[in-house]
Amino acid sequence: MKITVAGEKKEYEDGISVAKLIELEKVETPQYVTVSINEEFVDSGAFESTIIKDGDEVEFLYFMGGGSR
Amino acid sequence: MKITLTGSDYNCILEYALKERPDEACGLIAGVDREDGVREIKKVYLLTNIDHTNEHFSIDPKEHLKSIKDMRANGLIPLGNWHSHPESPSRPSEEDKRLANDSKASYLILSLEDEDNPVLNAFHIEGPEGERSVRKEELEIL
Repeated sequence: MKITVAGEKKEYEDGISVAKLIELEKVETPQYVTVSINEEFVDSGAFESTIIKDGDEVEFLYFMGGGSR
Repeated sequence: MKITLTGSDYNCILEYALKERPDEACGLIAGVDREDGVREIKKVYLLTNIDHTNEHFSIDPKEHLKSIKDMRANGLIPLGNWHSHPESPSRPSEEDKRLANDSKASYLILSLEDEDNPVLNAFHIEGPEGERSVRKEELEIL
């Protein structure tokens, strides 16, 4: 299947999960990554069960936060 | 590393941070990493702190996504983020260090502790959680 990851066209085998894509894309510190597919955010608890489909646009975003204390 | 920010972008950040007080204000920075080693900020994004407090910030993920797409459309790369410390100095807090997960990012912190003398510094933060090292970057406001 052909998908777009972070703006780049990529080709992966059919039926891979978000969790598998995170592994294949060698995403650093995945515990802090938010994933969106076609601009819909995927709950981190659903990374294993969410299957990527042909034509999907996937984005990995690092959580950005902090504090003053 | 040297990092540059235009005076007008600095003013945008400052005005937004003052307007958002007492909450922390936050956003993203985008630009280019030049061949001469200078990191040039070409656009700043003023985004929503979904924590709405004076002690924490979390960038709205929807706005974050929209900003990343805008950067891509304009040939810019994400360079890091900025946030304000309404009542404390311009240095990374323990929470800032803990949540600095991108070792390639520059982290800009604007202190409004002294309203008449705001202070903006840039930092590089890297290393495993609990052992993060902080290095101040040379920031030039053009």
